[in-house]
Amino acid sequence: MAGDRQKHIRNFCIIAHIDHGKSTLADRLIEKTGVISARDMEEQVLDNMALERERGITIKLQSVKLEYTAQDGQEYVLNLIDTPGHVDFTYEVSRSLAACEGAVLVVDATQGIEAQTLANVYLALDNNLELYPVINKIDLPSADPEFVKKEIEDIIGLDASDAALISAKEGLNIEEVLEGIVKYIPHPAGDEDKPLKALIFDSFYDSYKGVIAYIRVVDGVLKPGMNMRMMSNNKEYEVVEAGTLKPWLNPTGLLMAGDVGYVTASIKNVKDVHVGDTITDADNPCKEALPGYRKVTSMVYCGIYPADGADYENLKDALEKLQLNDAALLFEPETSVALGFGFRCGFLGLLHMEIIQERLEREYNLDLVTTAPSVIYHITKTNGEKLEVSNPTNLPVPQEIEYMEEPIVKATIMTPTEYVGAIMELCQNRRGTFRDMQYMEEKRAILNYDLPLNEIIYDFFDALKSRTKGYASFDYELKGYERSDLVKLDILLNTEAVDALSFIVHKDKAYARGRSMAEKLKEVIPRQMFEIPIQAAIGTKIIARETVKALRKDVLAKCYGGDISRKKKLLEKQKEGKRRMRQVGSVELPQEAFMSVLKLDD
Amino acid sequence: MGEKMKEVGLYIHIPFCRSKCLYCDFNSYPCREDDAPEYTEALLRELHAYQERYNFVYKTVFIGGGTPTVINCRLIGEIMDKIAPRIKAGAEISMESNPGTVTFDTLKYYRSLGIKRLSIGLQAWQAELLGELGRIHTTEDFLNAYNWARESGFDNINTDLIFALPNQTTDMWKETLDKVVSLGVDHISCYSLILEEGTGLYRLYKEGKLQLPDEELDREMYRIAVDTLGSNGYLQYEISNFARKNMECRHNLVYWRNEEYLGVGAGSHSKLEGKRFWNYKDINRYISLAAEGKLPVEGQEELSADEDMWETIFLALRLNEGLDMAGFNSKYGVDFRTRYGSQLKKLAAQGLVFIESDRLKLTKKGIDLSNSVFVEFA
Repeated sequence: MAGDRQKHIRNFCIIAHIDHGKSTLADRLIEKTGVISARDMEEQVLDNMALERERGITIKLQSVKLEYTAQDGQEYVLNLIDTPGHVDFTYEVSRSLAACEGAVLVVDATQGIEAQTLANVYLALDNNLELYPVINKIDLPSADPEFVKKEIEDIIGLDASDAALISAKEGLNIEEVLEGIVKYIPHPAGDEDKPLKALIFDSFYDSYKGVIAYIRVVDGVLKPGMNMRMMSNNKEYEVVEAGTLKPWLNPTGLLMAGDVGYVTASIKNVKDVHVGDTITDADNPCKEALPGYRKVTSMVYCGIYPADGADYENLKDALEKLQLNDAALLFEPETSVALGFGFRCGFLGLLHMEIIQERLEREYNLDLVTTAPSVIYHITKTNGEKLEVSNPTNLPVPQEIEYMEEPIVKATIMTPTEYVGAIMELCQNRRGTFRDMQYMEEKRAILNYDLPLNEIIYDFFDALKSRTKGYASFDYELKGYERSDLVKLDILLNTEAVDALSFIVHKDKAYARGRSMAEKLKEVIPRQMFEIPIQAAIGTKIIARETVKALRKDVLAKCYGGDISRKKKLLEKQKEGKRRMRQVGSVELPQEAFMSVLKLDD
Repeated sequence: MGEKMKEVGLYIHIPFCRSKCLYCDFNSYPCREDDAPEYTEALLRELHAYQERYNFVYKTVFIGGGTPTVINCRLIGEIMDKIAPRIKAGAEISMESNPGTVTFDTLKYYRSLGIKRLSIGLQAWQAELLGELGRIHTTEDFLNAYNWARESGFDNINTDLIFALPNQTTDMWKETLDKVVSLGVDHISCYSLILEEGTGLYRLYKEGKLQLPDEELDREMYRIAVDTLGSNGYLQYEISNFARKNMECRHNLVYWRNEEYLGVGAGSHSKLEGKRFWNYKDINRYISLAAEGKLPVEGQEELSADEDMWETIFLALRLNEGLDMAGFNSKYGVDFRTRYGSQLKKLAAQGLVFIESDRLKLTKKGIDLSNSVFVEFA
């Protein structure tokens, strides 16, 4: 039975498309309830990494307990659970949603609903969340709140008549949102007397306390000293500290049904704490874990190598440190003839990959060479053996392959109707299978396609954006594996194959890709003292050839007294450029050569 | 004073020009000759300051620009007066000039100041090419300047030429070479056109309005120059420089042998006692600092032994005499062949360098790709 205590708790999250104002609204709610004074508050407290702020998205979840005295004169605890706003983190989003009873749905009054909003709305509905619509940016001249209301009603089927019309940026009508949360979002209804059952929705590593798990207590009570058990792996730990999130850690002694907070238990490895897992009392366990747990799987892989081989250990340290807070990041050592010692890394998706690369370069000051991203292919060999390959180099020779399977995703693309044709053409080019199309209202449509994942990890986002002037939005989830006619394309420089440049591609696209890859490499490989043939090959068959002509002239005509220091700088720059090159056989390759496969516009 | 004498090369910069050529990125200011008297005064102050402080002896003097001959020749006279007591007997004294800015009388006057070597900017023989470069002189101007210089007693005359110009053909280039050879100039500098950022030519290039010869043609023209001049008694002694026997430019050899030099005037560079320092480029700033009795030095860098060694190497390799490895060893207390063993092996295998009489030299291919050679020693 839900006691009176739980009636004064609201656990909610905010759902919005990137840029629709989620973080700004969160800031206003925090400011309004006085958790942090406006003066102390950094621009957006929930987005705490510089990188997140730059990209305007939330990567790592943060949560905060707000205390609010409502118009009914009663005090409420409002637990705001932040969710990452990107397709790569769908599972994390769904676990955050599972920790809530309701969600504030923020829609931009000038933009309307976008694919990502809709994807998260569906996730919220899957988790039986009550949705409370809020229309933001009403201060902008192009705001059309009535249209957006109608859209919310037509597309989501949600009554938007009571939607709050706000401007988070201007701090307009924020009070109404707080009242709406109290009014429309149900209170938790757990049973404090039942055995402990708590959902882990996030975790991070602290060098003093070990892993800090963010949890939502569903039933029972959690307190220091008790033995808790992770139900996915049966690991047990003694609870050291429990408390609420203000957003800093605020030890409260215990957490009860309906509460959101954190727990520490001297857990050394973030990998033992799985988002979506259920914590119970080891001495009085609940019978069933909470539904919805699954192991996070990496979908996209690439090789990451230090530009300077001497940085191998530093790269390893940095990856280990990042992994402390990011259980979804996988890495294992690999070697490449071209690139030396490095790591094959697995990511949730492309954005996750880019974020990790940027963090390695920025926060750890590493100079990296990354290979083209790949997905995991399932290989069945003629002898019946099955294997999974993410590094093209490890693909068995064609004669040994019975068949291959590649991952297919269900893609949802939301677009103004005028771009439907362009998007269909793009998806067609990317081997997409059309599923269906719905018109949301006159001007907008949702296209559903099945697309091979390896077609979208290249430059799909960019291509989509450029074909729709940035108006289309895109979301995907893994559908499964399908048999496919795939080949390995090798690149030979000066007749030697460069392992780090190989990639796996559908047979029908191999010629075109081989050709554009050779052309691209011709652009990025500087001329050297000898002529360099660039060849694209499938097995022993050469399918494309380009030539980098030999360098004939690299000389400074003039070098007198006043020129020396300037010319010296030029030479130093040239030297530095050379230092950043990779010697592959007889050829010096610039780092961008390894990523050039990404930028093949077709 | 009282310090022991130091022999240096002296460079004097005159930053004035009649007009700016399209390829020029030197520190020069067209149509500002009115500032020349004030500028000269500042120069004299700067020279005075150095001559007070150090016991310099000038083993070479080079008055460059800009175009030193565009300012009133009496100003050059004042400068020469200032440095005359410090000039070593028999020193080479050069000055740059451009056709159309000299007369028989001014040349005679320069000669009377003790200036012995005259450099005349010709660049190309063909009027149409000159026009495209923004040059203001005619072929006739050049011939006049050359003949007057001879008549007034200059027995060491250089001409500057540029090849790989927009729309230049090999025949045009050959004609240019033939003309200067038949005139009997003593020294010829042949520069492959450099498109320096910030120049008019660079802008035209970026706008796609320039038809430039490709590298193949550039190297062909270079080869033509080396062959033509070689067969006419001009010895190549540096990547871009050719001279009759014993007519090499001694001042420029100071740079390439990484010896010490003092540069005065706006934007000039000096290298003294392991330091390089340079003056403010801006004429007004230069003048006002000098007026305040300050040295117009903008910055300096201390050269580490490694840097100095690198400079010595890449400058020496520009010269056909190459790098004297024994000399290098005794100057820096290292063993060149050991220290640069792997580079030597690699570069020799690539056919870019060779060793002759304990001197390291560039091959013909090494000259064409000399930057690639130089960076190996950085």
